Amino acid sequence: MIGPDDLWWVLLIKCGVLVVFLLTAFAYLTLAERKISARIQLRYGPNRVGPFGMLQPAADGLKLFFKENVAPAQRDKVLYLVGPSLAGGAALLAYAVIPWGTNNWFGHEFHWDIAHVNVGLLFILGITSLGVYSLFLGGFASNSKYSLLGGLRSSAQLISYEMAVSFALIGVVILSGSLDLEKIVGSQQGLWFIVLQPLAFILYFTAAFAETNRLPFDLPEAETELIAGYHTEYSAMRFGLYFLGEYINMVTVCSIATALFLGGWLPLLPFHPFDWIPGPIWFLGKVGVLLFVMIWVRWTLPRLRYDRLMNFGWKVLLPLGLINIVITGAVVALRA
Amino acid sequence: MIKEIAKGLAFTLKKMGTHPITVQWPEEQKPVSPRHRGRHILHRYDNGLERCIGCELCAAACPVGCIYVLAAENDPKSPISPGERYAERYEINLMRCIYCGYCAEACPTEAITLGPRFELADYRRERTVVTKAELLEAWPGFTEAQRPPSPVGAGADQTGREELDPGVRPRAAWAAQEKTLDTETAPLPGALGVPVDVPTVIEPRGTRRR
Repeated sequence: MIGPDDLWWVLLIKCGVLVVFLLTAFAYLTLAERKISARIQLRYGPNRVGPFGMLQPAADGLKLFFKENVAPAQRDKVLYLVGPSLAGGAALLAYAVIPWGTNNWFGHEFHWDIAHVNVGLLFILGITSLGVYSLFLGGFASNSKYSLLGGLRSSAQLISYEMAVSFALIGVVILSGSLDLEKIVGSQQGLWFIVLQPLAFILYFTAAFAETNRLPFDLPEAETELIAGYHTEYSAMRFGLYFLGEYINMVTVCSIATALFLGGWLPLLPFHPFDWIPGPIWFLGKVGVLLFVMIWVRWTLPRLRYDRLMNFGWKVLLPLGLINIVITGAVVALRA
Repeated sequence: MIKEIAKGLAFTLKKMGTHPITVQWPEEQKPVSPRHRGRHILHRYDNGLERCIGCELCAAACPVGCIYVLAAENDPKSPISPGERYAERYEINLMRCIYCGYCAEACPTEAITLGPRFELADYRRERTVVTKAELLEAWPGFTEAQRPPSPVGAGADQTGREELDPGVRPRAAWAAQEKTLDTETAPLPGALGVPVDVPTVIEPRGTRRR
């Protein structure tokens, strides 16, 4: 059936809104990161540009645009540009299938996502894995030892933790019986999956830190060891794209966690007055809470040593994920 | 491991609720120590006469040679300082000065001290050489008409001369201040009646929420 979602101009508006939203989210996440880290360290954080430093992201953006592009002479000229483009592009692309809610307007079902893919979860996993290439290509093409080390680490780390992420998500897929994100959210009516799958949620969220290269798993860019890791040789807006990719990836993983474990756009309790608040607001609120946790954890925990990171990924997260799958599968099979 | 992580997270969350300790310069200022060695001040006696007698000992003591003194003879009728000579020009190159305080040590009349001012950056190099007009302590009551006839001075009649009231000596003032006053509320030293543009009192906590 042709619904309002299939009209080309509706799609265009949705794309526009999403891109603006994601870029704004990126900008203000950087501000939130700086503000929260400042408060943890008993500082104020940026408070000079605009009220409460609200215009600081705009100032930073302007600066990034007008800075000189310094690049190593011996770089691989094509791959050097592919890296950051892929980082920004993949981050934006992954968000296309994340649903914010559904509405019934004028007898038509309206979906708050851009592409309604019935294997949305698979699509997201695929696209986020593409992010590894951006980091590795950037590190490789820079022709610098720190960048290469950062790129190597990122590929090893992301591939290891990709496994943990997938295993954690399979439990949810077993319960809901679908890879369609909207259906997964719909099956959480009444009981969020975080109650049924607490272990999977913790596994996923832990691995999400590694996926987004954030402390305590920020080995690919470990400042104290690798200057800045894979983006050491990047400057100006090329660096800005990596930056953007990292922060939008944060939004993406938090959105997936919200959709899969925290009931997506469903209200906290399924009655008044909770369901007067529109679904997308609930969704964004939950994502915001998770983002806060990510920032909070970053400014609390120290970086893991590299072998510990690998140990943790392969010897702790992965077995736990497997156990979770076995138990979930057994319970579902027995109850069926 | 879980317990330690939870402990750490609880700690940072608690710190998020406490007030930042940052001092929001330049809106807020911390008082400087009474012995702070900032920009120099040329002092006066209480009757308005300049303490500096143009002896150039400060320039001689200066390890980097940033002080320039041009001495001139006092006019006995209306002397500027209670000595034979006074400093017609007194310039300090603040870019070169290392704020060691040797000039103050060397000064026989305690005319020069290092004051509380520390915001000395400027956009123009020329302005970092401060002249006597900027260094000299202001004296609000000072006008030509009120200027007292000095009992001393070159060629003045020395008979029946009264001992000049030395005024408050800066070092004595420092010592007194450090002894009696709490640095949080102390008026700035080196001030000695100088209208100093550095606020001395921190805003009460809680009002500087930002």
